[in-house]
Parts: sequence; C-alpha cells; structure tokens
Amino acid sequence: MKLIYEKSRPGRRASAIPRPEGLPEPEIPESLRRAEPPRLPEVPEFELIRHFTELSTRNFGVDTGFYPLGSCTMKYNPRINERLVTLPGFASLHPLQEEDGAQGALELMWRLQEILAEVTGLDAVSLQPAAGSQGELTGLMLVRAYFDDRGEGAQRRKVVIPDTAHGTNPASVTMAGYELTPVKTDPRGNIDVEDLRGKVDEHTAALMLTNPSTLGLFDENIEEIERIFHGAGALMYYDGANLNAVCGISRPGDMGFDIVHINLHKTFSQPHGGGGPGGGPIAVRKMLEPFLPVPAVVRRGEDEFGLDYDRPQTIGKVRGFTGPFGVFVRSYAYMRMYGPRLREMSETAVLNANYLRARLQDAYELPYDRLCMHEFVLSARGLKREHGVTALDVAKRLMDFGYHPPTIYFPLVVPEALMIEPTETETKETLDAFCEAMLAIAREAAGSPETLKEAPHHRPVKRLDEVRAAKTPVVKYEFERHPEAGGEPSAVAAEAPKGV
Amino acid sequence: MTHPYLALTDSDREEMLTAVGVGSVEELFRDIPAGVRLGRELDLEPALSEHELSAHLGALAARNADTTRELSFLGAGIYDHYVPAVVDAVLQRGEFLTAYTPYQPEMSQGVLQAIFEYQTAICELTGMDVSNASGYDGTTVTADACYIAKHATGRTKVVVTAATNPQVRQVVKTYAPGFGLEVVEVAHRGGVTDVDELRAAADGAAAVILQQPNVFGCLEPAPELVAAANDAEALPIVHCDPLSLGVLEAPGRYGAAIALGEGQAAGNFPSYGGPHYGFLAARQDFIRRMPGRIVGEMVDAAGERGYVLTLQTREQHIRREKATSNITTNQTLLALGGLVYLTWLGPQGIRELGETCLSLAAYAKQQLRARAGLELVFPEQATFKEFAVRVGRNAREVVAAARERGVHPGYALGRDYEGMDDVLLVAVTEKRTPQEIDRLAEVLAEVTA
Repeated sequence: MKLIYEKSRPGRRASAIPRPEGLPEPEIPESLRRAEPPRLPEVPEFELIRHFTELSTRNFGVDTGFYPLGSCTMKYNPRINERLVTLPGFASLHPLQEEDGAQGALELMWRLQEILAEVTGLDAVSLQPAAGSQGELTGLMLVRAYFDDRGEGAQRRKVVIPDTAHGTNPASVTMAGYELTPVKTDPRGNIDVEDLRGKVDEHTAALMLTNPSTLGLFDENIEEIERIFHGAGALMYYDGANLNAVCGISRPGDMGFDIVHINLHKTFSQPHGGGGPGGGPIAVRKMLEPFLPVPAVVRRGEDEFGLDYDRPQTIGKVRGFTGPFGVFVRSYAYMRMYGPRLREMSETAVLNANYLRARLQDAYELPYDRLCMHEFVLSARGLKREHGVTALDVAKRLMDFGYHPPTIYFPLVVPEALMIEPTETETKETLDAFCEAMLAIAREAAGSPETLKEAPHHRPVKRLDEVRAAKTPVVKYEFERHPEAGGEPSAVAAEAPKGV
Repeated sequence: MTHPYLALTDSDREEMLTAVGVGSVEELFRDIPAGVRLGRELDLEPALSEHELSAHLGALAARNADTTRELSFLGAGIYDHYVPAVVDAVLQRGEFLTAYTPYQPEMSQGVLQAIFEYQTAICELTGMDVSNASGYDGTTVTADACYIAKHATGRTKVVVTAATNPQVRQVVKTYAPGFGLEVVEVAHRGGVTDVDELRAAADGAAAVILQQPNVFGCLEPAPELVAAANDAEALPIVHCDPLSLGVLEAPGRYGAAIALGEGQAAGNFPSYGGPHYGFLAARQDFIRRMPGRIVGEMVDAAGERGYVLTLQTREQHIRREKATSNITTNQTLLALGGLVYLTWLGPQGIRELGETCLSLAAYAKQQLRARAGLELVFPEQATFKEFAVRVGRNAREVVAAARERGVHPGYALGRDYEGMDDVLLVAVTEKRTPQEIDRLAEVLAEVTA
C-alpha cells in the first residue's frame, strides 16, 4: 500500500486556517526564518480518512479478535471510557489551571490513588509515571533517596533481579545508576532461594520482582524472600505487570513489597494504542512517601483537593505536570465499574489461563507443570527437535487462523517459549477455538511443516525478517531516492522476544 | 449477575474446572501462601452501572474550568490549538486503539506504516535524519537525549538554559543523578541566552539544551547557540514547538544534534497534562543510541514492501541492562494523532498556522499595551505565540481576578522564576479571535488598574 507521501499532490489540503483581517503582519527575524517548507503530505480530508482507514484494516487489535499476548494483558477496553475521556471538562482542561478550576480532575486523581492503595495494600500513591518502565525507574529513585537519607546510599549499590524478569527491570537498574545482581530460577519456577541467600547482604538496595512471575507462576517462597530482603535491610520492588492475576486475592503490600508500580494499560484497561499510551503509577509504604514525585495530589477538606509541591525530600519530577490524566479517567472508570468485584476479574483471568494450559500442555511442552496464574509458558522445543518447527513458526501460523500470536522467546529461561495470556474478557467458545487452532498447528508441524515455515499465508504481507531490516535501516521516506522494493529475502528468523 | 466485562456462565465454569482438574476457583490459587492472602473483600465502593458511571464522571468533569468554559490564554508548554475531527476519527478505530506494540509485524502493518510516516513527518519538521516512534512527553525525551549525549561523549555534565521550560529542567535534574550527570544552568539575559555565556558553560559538556521559542516565548539566537555548543563538541539539543516549525528554521538546518519537544500542540487535547507524545529526532550518527521504538522499511518474503520494528538490539527486551533506554510502552496512539494532524495541516497549513499565531500574538501585545497599559517584560525580543507582560501587581492575584470575569489571562511566571511575581505569560493560538483578545485586554485593564 502507498505511503501518505506517495498520495500527496502539490496544492491539495485538508485544513483551512483562520486568518483574521486587519492584524499586524507576521514577522520573523530573517536569520530564524524557515528556508524550505517541510514536505508534509498534501491530501484532501477524504483521502486522509481513507488512507488511515485502510491502514487500520491492516492492523489487529483486541477489538478485532483474540490477542493472547503473554504479560501484556490484552483485555477488552470498554467503550464508555473513550466517551468519558472526551468530555470537555477533561479533554480541554489545561494542566496549569488553578486548583479551584480543576477540582473535578483533582478529585478523580485522589480517588484513583485511594483505590490503587487499597488494591496494592500500600499507603501512598503517585500517579505521575507515564508507563510501567518509568514506574520502575521512579521506584529505584525512591530507593536511592531512602537510603541516601539513612546514610546508606553509598553502601547499597546492588539490585537483585531474577532471570525471568522483563528486560525493563535490568534497563531501569542501569538508568538509575545501580548494579545488577541476577538470581536464578529453581526447578519449580520460583526464585532459587539458596542462590538468593548468598547474594543479599548489606550492599543490596532492593529486589525487583514480578509476582506472579513472567512464567505465570506465583512464587511459593515469597514469605521467605521477604524475610531475606527485609532482614538485610533492603527494600522490595513489585513489578505490577502481572497484577491482573491477583486483584482482591493477594496484595503486593501483604506480600511484603515496599514499592509497586501498576500498569494501568494492562490491568486497568487503558487501551494499548499500538504501543501506548500507558500509565505507571507507583504505590509505596509510608516511610517512602516523603520522597514521592511532586506535586502530590492531596485532599485538603471534605470537598477540596489540591496539588502539594511542599515536599522537601522529593526526588523531583519524572514527567510533566501530574501524569497522563486521560489514562486516569479510563482506569478510574474501569475500576468503578468493578468495585470489589475486581476479584472476579482476576479469578476469571486465572481460570481461563488454566483451562488453556490444561488443553494444550500435552501437544506442547509445559516446562513448569503447576497450576498457573493468569498466564502460562509452553515450549515448542519438542516441535523444533522433531520437526524443525520453531515457536516463531507456530506464532506466524496462528495468524492464519485469525489470532494474534502469544509472546514468544520470552521469558528467556524457556527455550522456544510461547507465553499465553488469555485475560478474563473471552468466552469459552473463543478459548476452545483457539485450542483447536493450536492443536491443529501441532499436527501440521508433524504432517506439513513447510506450511508453518512459510506462514503467514493470509496476512497483508508475507513473513518479515527484522534482523535483515536492521542491517540497512530505512527509517523514513526518502523523497529524492526512494529505493525500489526488491532483494533476496533471508531465511534467518529473528529469535528475539516478541511481546511483553 | 455476570459482570458486563466477563462472560463465563456457571456451566462454562464447571466444565473448565473439570478440565483443569480442580474442584473450585479457590483451589486455582493454592500456590499462594495463606499468610499473604487478603482474606476479605476489597474495601471499595460497589460496582456502578454504565449510566451511573457516566453521571459520576460527568459531575466530576463539570467541576473543571476547561478552555471551552473559560477564555484561556494559558500556555507554558501545553497549548489550546484546534484538534480537527479527523484525529478523533482515526484514533477511535479499534484496530489502532486496542492493538499492542507491533512485535508481530504481519499483524501490525497498519500501525507500523503509520509510525514510519510519523517518523518521516518529524524528520521533515525538524530537519533531522531519524526519529523514534515517540517518548512519554516533552520532558522525558529531553532526559532521554541526555542519556544519548552521555554515552556519545563520555562526558558528565549537561548544560541547560534557564529559559528552558521549568518542567523540562526539573525532569532532567531528577534523572541526572542516575545517569551520573551534573546539570548546569545558564541564566537568561533580557529574555534570551547570551551566546558567550553559553559558550563558556559548554566547555567539557556532554550536551547543551536550549528551547526555541523559549519559556518566555522569546526567540533565542538558536543558530549561534547551537554553533557555540558544536564548537565545544557538546551535543546541541533543541527543544522546539512543532507548530513553530512552519515559520521557524528547522533545528537540523542550523546544526542541532538532536531536536525534540512536546508534541501536544500538534494533534492532542490538553487533557490536564496527558497523555501526549514527546518527539525525538537526531542526526544519523546517533541512530544506534536512540531510545525506544523505531520502525524500518523492508521487503517481505515475496518482495513486497513492509514495515518492522528495527534496530531492536538497542532495546531493553533484548539488550536488558545495556539497553539505550528502559522505555517500552510509549505514546504511539498520540503520535498517530500527531501524524493525522500534520497530514491535515500540510505544508501550507503549518506555515499559515504559524503566521496566524504570530499576527494574533503581535495584535495581543499591541492591545495589552494600548488598552491595559501593560509593558512587555522583554520588549527587545521577537516572539512566536507567547509573550511575557508585567501586570503591576501579583500575577496570581491578577489571574484570580480575571478568572472571576471568565478569562484565564495566562501563566504566572513567578511560580517558577524569582523576581517575576508580577509577570504573566500570555499564549495566543489560532483559536483566539481578535475580539477575544480585545476582551483579554479589557479584563486586564480592569484587574490591573
């Protein structure tokens, strides 16, 4: 399909800009004036709409079909939330409006903070971080501020992370100026407690843990882990990516965690938008509250809310203003639609995942044979060994059946990983049909492996090789010399994580 | 009653539990130690129906004085530009709205091509070679750029002009200790940055950050400042207003290493501060140090053009602790809004928009002088769509008094700058009419008299 730039013709336009009469001439000093106009597209409005509508038909979302992308919680995003966020009182509110002109927004944020504190079992919340990974970084800044305040900042330089962790965890550790201490996973899929014991000491600042883990397993030794870290004077950080498994069942605060980030775009239905926006609020124990980002959203009286900048020990600001407010509107609306029934949400997510696991674990390998939480990880290593078919091939073939593939090649501890998270918003019929497709693909792997190798067959494009694209990156439309399509495709598959 | 967002019937549940081999839903959670279970119902208000929810949020929204209810001249980084209906129409397509990051390119050609088109638009606007798929906002992309500069130069100091938006400076300062960077500010002189002072500060710096137009709305001598940074081999980072780039020179044309900024003005509603998108574009030299997603063009197995996430070995999901950034979820949908908006504007529209803002702001300066007797704080400086005036008394009191008359006259700069308690920063977008500007002058005349 053509690019919008290839549909452009000089002189066409979709906009008309007001130009009131009788105003002063626009003046720009010569030295600062733009010499050549930007080559933005020139199209009429109806061509614009057709272009982006056609692009949308080449995309697949939760609204299109089943999207069991592990660790991403691709649940249905209620439409009412999209209507609410467009209310002028929300959409057209300027972030520097005075407090008395933003009481509704402040109240909504304060109420959201209260709900998140209850769901996480912690004391204080900052909504400011823009996404989960920024929540992680903010959390680590709080860890640093806390230990600096206690005079232990120079001594505690290490952050412990299990080998099943999302890549964001170690990346955040580096960005926060900490050193990484990796810890192994035991044969049951828990943190290897013996390995851990030897690695936690007076130099340890914190643990970062996702629980349930990216294997979809609840760490059975969480109480012992808590004793090890708090016993050594270290803090515990909870990566909330998998919170959808445990709402109303077990709270990070009750597990002993001191800092939690919540992915509003996973658990609390902010649509993922093809890669964002998200929201990554953090909840903390009381002793960390003084260090939270400014401004804090506070209740000043029964019906009066405000922004408090007077926090002398704050780490500062991690993002502009008070955070992604539109995300808060959606997640607040979503949580009010559930109230205490959030527990049913998590129970259903866990039942759906276990049902798929039970139906698929014989045709694929299940490396950790336990009840799972909201997701589980299969391995295609048997198919690879016996038929030369990889997790990537299975993923591509699923597309032909009308499903978005699971996360693959993650977590890294499972070879040929297929990480499946159905979420709670699916019917049993959908789950059954997906199982039938997965079982059919396992049979195809034995009978006609080439069908899988060449998949997908029914998407707008054939298989695309990301490794090859990275060798000679073309990252924008080259107006003068646009290279013609062509060249030899490579057979080398990119075995990199896809998902999370 | 089954919750509207759930589906399993009692018989579904029974069949599924049987297949799993457990007797109850409760049993699914047997791996969770009893000591860490909640053991009670969440203490939250009861579930609402959709219409109850609408009424509740409608009531909250009604307690906000938004720009449709108050005549607003607020800016300082977030602007009340018009967002055309085509933006909403495209962003509400479920295929875009409810998709994840395009890890599986064959399922995601729509958003991948759109990001590629967005990257092209940002490169065209800024005069740069490579753009990422977006960052969180205009503040965090600036911190990201510092991380690039630190690794590209091996130096440990960044210079930022004091005339850069305070939100941006605060975020850079919050990130800097983790990066091992020291932040040094260069004061403004009469509303703009002095080239020699900047040259002195840039010595040994990893980067120099400046804003064009700056926080006071003034046009910096950006080409000279960028040249001074380049002389010191510090990366010049220009934080710019995307909608100024129809009339102001592209930072890439005068030597910037990185051009970035807050995308909100181009296609996003103010939304009380977010979500918006931060754009970040750089010279080719830095392509492998860029944070976040980048989409590349290639051909598929049949020789057809297609798009993929490229250069992923920079990123956290592969490179982990050695990644160029921890960012994963970004602001794709808002950046898509930006692309739709820039397509709607086109090259003529963006120039005309800039010219209208220039003319209206010039008119506003005239009227505030003539009708309200107010003096510009920096009369010598050229501006774009925003300017600072002295109101002769505490500006926050002026704001309060003007709002009682239905006009929000601007941002009280004393909140961020010493000695500016009587200064108001007035922003004028193309949405403001001359009559509305007359009204502003009238109200300011009343409340400053």
